Amino acid sequence: MATSDSSPVRLLYDVRVRAVLYQVVAVALVVGIGFYLFGTVSRKLADQNIATGFDYLSRPAGFVISQSFISYDSGNTYGRAILVGLLNTVWVSVFAVALSSVLGLVVGIARLSRNPLLSTLALLYVEALRNVPLLLYLFLWYALIVAVFPPVREAWQILPDVFLSNGGLIVPSLRWSSAHTGVLVAAVLGIVLACFIASAFRRKRVATGQGRMAWPYVLLALVIPPLLAMLVFQPDMVVNWPEKGRFRITGGLQVTPEFTALLVGLGLSASAGIAEIVRAGILSVGRGQWEAARAVGLHDRQTMRLVVLPQALRVIIPPLTSSYLSTFKNSSLAIAIGYPDLVMVSNTTMNQTGQAIEGIAIFMLVYLGMSITISMLMNWYNARVALVER
Amino acid sequence: MTDTAQLNTLASIPDERPTRPTSSWYALLKPYIGSPFNAVVTFACLWLIYRLVTGAWGWLVTRAILEGGPQTCKAAAGAGACWPFLAAKLRFMIFGFYPYDEHWRPAIAVLLFLGAMVYSMIPRFWSRRLLWLWLAVVVTCGVLMYGGLFGLSVVNTTNWGGLPLSFMLSSVGLAFGFVLGVLLALARSSKLPAIQVIAVVFIEMVRGVPLVSILFMASVMLPLFMPDGVTIDKLLRAQVAIIIFAGAYIAETVRGGLQAVPKGQHEAAASLGLGYWLSMRKIVLPQALKIVIPPLVNIFIGFFQDTTLVTIIGLLDFLDTVRSAMRDPVWQGIAVLEGYIFAALVYAVFSYGMGSYSRFIERRLKTDHSHGRH
Repeated sequence: MATSDSSPVRLLYDVRVRAVLYQVVAVALVVGIGFYLFGTVSRKLADQNIATGFDYLSRPAGFVISQSFISYDSGNTYGRAILVGLLNTVWVSVFAVALSSVLGLVVGIARLSRNPLLSTLALLYVEALRNVPLLLYLFLWYALIVAVFPPVREAWQILPDVFLSNGGLIVPSLRWSSAHTGVLVAAVLGIVLACFIASAFRRKRVATGQGRMAWPYVLLALVIPPLLAMLVFQPDMVVNWPEKGRFRITGGLQVTPEFTALLVGLGLSASAGIAEIVRAGILSVGRGQWEAARAVGLHDRQTMRLVVLPQALRVIIPPLTSSYLSTFKNSSLAIAIGYPDLVMVSNTTMNQTGQAIEGIAIFMLVYLGMSITISMLMNWYNARVALVER
Repeated sequence: MTDTAQLNTLASIPDERPTRPTSSWYALLKPYIGSPFNAVVTFACLWLIYRLVTGAWGWLVTRAILEGGPQTCKAAAGAGACWPFLAAKLRFMIFGFYPYDEHWRPAIAVLLFLGAMVYSMIPRFWSRRLLWLWLAVVVTCGVLMYGGLFGLSVVNTTNWGGLPLSFMLSSVGLAFGFVLGVLLALARSSKLPAIQVIAVVFIEMVRGVPLVSILFMASVMLPLFMPDGVTIDKLLRAQVAIIIFAGAYIAETVRGGLQAVPKGQHEAAASLGLGYWLSMRKIVLPQALKIVIPPLVNIFIGFFQDTTLVTIIGLLDFLDTVRSAMRDPVWQGIAVLEGYIFAALVYAVFSYGMGSYSRFIERRLKTDHSHGRH
């Protein structure tokens, strides 16, 4: 008996031994595959004389990008080009998320309206957007913009110095300098300060039942920092007026049709999902809450704002997070209509340098990093609004 | 006029009043013009519906060009829809560059596929035989599409396109993705830390990046991974990317189902002497998968739509053949919207059908669990 217990075969039937064995096999398999792939790739790259490494990032890119927020021309490096692409991705995602949140909230509440016409229209809106692929909508919006608006030469002048054509919307802009950035930063800091002041006053009011009016302080916090920054930095207020030439319009700030199509496409498609999330959230708040709110004398809109929405938020936040994340990731469809986002710029870079692995690694890492950051932020917010149990 | 005013005053009295006017007119109109705000909403909606219906009717029917060629449509300058375009290009949109005389082959394949799908959606026919049915359908479709047997001429995958390709990419992707997803879900909820970590890293990495980037990776990097002399076809590369992507998403859904199975089920299976695989296959997975059927169907709808992204790496799926048809020199710049509207309609019909099925199955599974755990 004792001999069979200690035999190697018997050992295999021990659950703990098996557990270790399985894990060793799994890890060995993953590592082995990794090594094998790495080996093949480096051999093939060497055979095809393709350079490796990230040195190319500091070489001049030599291509132009139609929209950039930091100064960029074709003499700048690949690294800067990729940064421009990343900023474009973030820019369109932020606007699309804002658009989809507002539309989603409105449509979600409209879905629950007691007016059958309104709720049916909202349902139609949601179904029409959810059942057709986003990429198709992007192509459709882009085609519509190009078809509906006149060519640049016959651009509509909708306001003085504002031009609308299938080349985009062109408005006058400020000639931006670092002084302007300083003022902008001060304004943002002022908004943050105002939020802090407002929440401090609210906390005091909730805790003690009395408190002074917050709004004069909030107003001061909003106004003073940018004014101070104006005095300190003294930015030049030079306006960049659009100039209509024979073939094209020069100067001014251009909102390109690619950007518009992408923004509308991403925003509308996401809003349908968010509408359903909002609706489910509101429905999850029990009927008793409505009745209790009515019993203490709140009217419908107050009930919604003060009682129902705060509770619905707990149900809404987790799926909303994944909706925001997918909007951010879906912005990579920009490449299909030619908006210069991260993927499109990386793709041009890969075609020029032939260094595909590095290019893909960069944008995958950026997306992964941003996804993790967004989901961590939203988890933090979710923990704040979650029901605090004893 | 006076009626409306009277209704408004009546409506401002709280809802739950015991003596409520029971006039049928009042009951009928109250949801529409119960309060001034509601009345405004109603009129705004009516106006919107009127504009939408007349606009669509005018463009699609009264102002549309029904006969003629590119020149007739060009003369109309986009005032109405150009239906001759659709008539001329319909077969190309559906079948792509598949040889014209052989179009009956993908047509039969698509019909077979749809038939099998409808058949297996009916709960009464759910059994192990379905697997054999699908095996037969897949083999038949493959033979029909590729040819080389029974005197059918060979058609290379580079000529495949249109709707059959879209169906193929999504269904094969989901079938293999499902297997991968279940395995990943089991690995992620496993008690062995190393296996759990591998699964978590894989799932989160795939879910953290867009499908476009995985398609890019598959189309650019996969050839580099292969040993010398092995080339892998573009279609297969896109298919691999879709399987990986689908697998990661399905894994998370299935994990939700696994968590919903009470612990007692695991313990009961273990106390009967069932090993890990046997207890998973016979006890846990059947219950877990049943719970996640509705969300899985929603994932399927999403992936059917997401296969359009293969356009970006240059595969001729349905959306791409529609776009190619619109870029045809004869029609270019004439029919700019008709193709998209047709494609949208096709996608909407399939997605809506699947969505209704998802709701139906959810209701049905709920009644099966009339003494549910909640």
